[in-house]
Amino acid sequence: MSDHIVPVKIYVAVFAILLICTFLTAGIAFVDLTVNIAGHAVNFNPAVALLIAIFKATLVILFFMHIKYSKWVTRTVVIAGVFWLCILLSLTMTDYLSRAFLTSPVH
Amino acid sequence: MSEHSVSVTEPAAHPHGMLQHHFTDMEQQKDAASMGMWVFLVTEIMFFGGMFAAYLVYRYWYYGAFVLGSTSLNIWFGAINTGVLICSSLTMAMAVHSAALGARKALIVFLILTMLLGGIFLGIKAKEYYDKYVEHHIPGENFKFDSMTMPDGSEREVHVDQGQAQIYFSLYFLLTGMHAIHMIIGEGLLTALLIMSWLRRFGSSYYTPVENIGLYWHFVDIVWIFLFPLLYLISRVHHV
Amino acid sequence: MPREHYLNHEFGIKSWLLTKDHKRIGILYMLSITFFFVIGGIGATLIRLNLLTPYGTLVSAETYNKLFTLHGIMMVFFFLVPSVPAVLGNFALPLMLGAKDVAFPKINLLSWYIFIAGGSLELWALISGGVDTGWTFYTPFSTTFSNTNVITAALAIFIAGFSSILTGLNFIVTTHRMRAPGMTWFKMPLFVWSTYATAIIQVLGTPVIAITLVLVAMERAFHIGVFDPRWGGDPVLFQHMFWFYSHPAVYIMILPGMGVISEIIPCFARKSMFGYKFVAFSSIAIAVFGFIVWGHHLFIAGISVYSAMVFSFLSYAVAIPSAIKVFNWSATLYKGSISYRTPMLYAFGFIGLFTIGGLTGLFVAALGLDVHVHDTYFIIAHFHYIMVGGMVMAYLGGIHYWWPKITGRMYPEGWAKLSALVIFLGFNLTFFPQFILGYLGMPRRYHTYPPEFQVLNVLSSAGASILAVGYLLPLIYLLWSIRYGEVAGNNPWGASGLEWQTTSPPPPDNFAVTPVVTEEAYDYSKEREAAFV
Repeated sequence: MSDHIVPVKIYVAVFAILLICTFLTAGIAFVDLTVNIAGHAVNFNPAVALLIAIFKATLVILFFMHIKYSKWVTRTVVIAGVFWLCILLSLTMTDYLSRAFLTSPVH
Repeated sequence: MSEHSVSVTEPAAHPHGMLQHHFTDMEQQKDAASMGMWVFLVTEIMFFGGMFAAYLVYRYWYYGAFVLGSTSLNIWFGAINTGVLICSSLTMAMAVHSAALGARKALIVFLILTMLLGGIFLGIKAKEYYDKYVEHHIPGENFKFDSMTMPDGSEREVHVDQGQAQIYFSLYFLLTGMHAIHMIIGEGLLTALLIMSWLRRFGSSYYTPVENIGLYWHFVDIVWIFLFPLLYLISRVHHV
Repeated sequence: MPREHYLNHEFGIKSWLLTKDHKRIGILYMLSITFFFVIGGIGATLIRLNLLTPYGTLVSAETYNKLFTLHGIMMVFFFLVPSVPAVLGNFALPLMLGAKDVAFPKINLLSWYIFIAGGSLELWALISGGVDTGWTFYTPFSTTFSNTNVITAALAIFIAGFSSILTGLNFIVTTHRMRAPGMTWFKMPLFVWSTYATAIIQVLGTPVIAITLVLVAMERAFHIGVFDPRWGGDPVLFQHMFWFYSHPAVYIMILPGMGVISEIIPCFARKSMFGYKFVAFSSIAIAVFGFIVWGHHLFIAGISVYSAMVFSFLSYAVAIPSAIKVFNWSATLYKGSISYRTPMLYAFGFIGLFTIGGLTGLFVAALGLDVHVHDTYFIIAHFHYIMVGGMVMAYLGGIHYWWPKITGRMYPEGWAKLSALVIFLGFNLTFFPQFILGYLGMPRRYHTYPPEFQVLNVLSSAGASILAVGYLLPLIYLLWSIRYGEVAGNNPWGASGLEWQTTSPPPPDNFAVTPVVTEEAYDYSKEREAAFV
């Protein structure tokens, strides 16, 4: 692994952004982000909270954990891990999300 | 013989004291150690992932109960703890940075700071657990989620299916408990690093354990980065 | 035989229990899993004895439940999962790569200790009171209603899981970082590709069953409600989480065996592997696809039919890479110069029996058919054809193939061939009737059955006794050969592969000088053959 020394100011910048995002995500939780789409009320709070969390995690992985400066092998390992987590979550949810599709027939 | 061999029995001109005999050089050893830690972290992703799967299913089924459970958590403690861990990630990154530059005193200072911040996190967590204990929100025989203490001290009545609420709190304790166990293990690892740094084991040519334990620490921080919104911020609209 | 090698380099119990040599660790694992295999075999023996008569007179229903649980847990977690990776992988992988050891030798030793700790705790749980949930620990029986040592058994598997994770981690890093100069990915033996793919599964899947078992223990101890329908929990969620690991686990069990076959066939057909890259990539494909089919274990559990259809379709897809391997092995055999030594006999057995087992897997991947045969002996026959007819034969084939390298001595060929034959016949007599029984409707995990099924059950039990003899024979003659076997020499098979370039047994550091690789894998060209003779 190339011994890339990350400049301190990048660490501090990332740190500042992470703190700001923390305030942001806590604050947005109090704001109702429900939007009316084609007659359905869709709540975007969970999606926004998750996106902020993913953004924060990405910053930590790229800069604090040096993935930005790593070999492709290491990056593949990280991506594989995240991908497999997504397999677990999404395929499990295909069951739970589709159980309601079949409603019992009305006699 | 079709494969011809070449004599490569001796390592490079100045074998590093820390070079293990089955590696050909320090770079191979460092690469292997780093890759090993990353593969281990992937196993941790899947380990926590199982609990996230259970969380996802039950949040989908019992959203109302999850909202109430989430509201009963102290958002200030949660947010402060998130900030504390982010600070500790900075100090950990600075510790690795110092090690890479061979700055022993700075390394020691940053390791101690990281450990202190971790300790603060665990202390606040303990207080939160104690509050849940007092309010009878711990799953099990004494579980009763019919009221919650608001930040201003007042009591608010809660009417929700007890089973559904208990599942929320079970996941809360499982997720944060597992996270706390990993933090405690991390404190142990940092203690070992502190001792090794004090004993001058690290220098700019060898600081692999600092780097790899740093990776572990950042990972534990990332888990919390997700736990905070998932557990504390499910929906705070209309409530404080 | 060389004067100094890894076996006589150091003596004494400490030199074994504190070894960091991957070859010795492989042997430690070999002894341990043989022990656990015998325990699991005793469970099977009692099961088959009980099933000689329809009325379950040998053991009570409760004891029978404990017996099939013991058999399943021992065989799955403490024999099959570690078998080829921890025994043959540990021994052969660094040799095949031209390395001195695995990437993390101390962690390798730790993984064995963790395995022993988990195995001992499990044995204690199974014998002191027993567990009656089946190796599948389905909720809410395991969490609420069972009165047996569920928590201990679950935690023991949790512990043993770390052994598997650490082995996988070690193999991944070793394959990436410890290859000899000149050994590119596509010059690696196919056994390494298989072991690598297995390691990926071990690393990604095992943590999920770890947390699942923790949840079972928590539920059982503290009634947290997560799998209990009385509290709003979903028992099917347990099954999702359990099978997310346990289905890929069956690929942990079979992929290394396929790797062994990929070593044996080119050697004993004197031909390079046909379609090397297809076989290599199919290993990776099996590892990946294996993770997206677990729902086929839940077809009748109460998942949505749409989800079931998706999993059914994907389960058909996962058969394709396995089939690709069988085609390539067959094409390698075609116009090869076949030698019927014992490893090759096991390889033939593997190909035939694995194919039957795999094809019946397609039967049960079909939703409509699975509804009828789920939880019957059809399923039992299906997976035993793969695990015993396939995997155990591959393991034995590998043991015989690498025996000269491990011990420096040859096994007695006559006895070995006889044993392979006895095993093959015993196996088929045991398990073929079970396909019929299952199709006719005999359910699994019951200590009694309707009297009209008795003939087939008796045939099956008779087969089991023959199989037992077949397994006993290698135990005897392999041990005998360590002392009295013919001295093997570096390369008794004339096989390609770096492990055959060093002495039998190898020196502690594997190679006197680090090899540099210039040849393709499986070079059985005429020039090489001439040079070898």
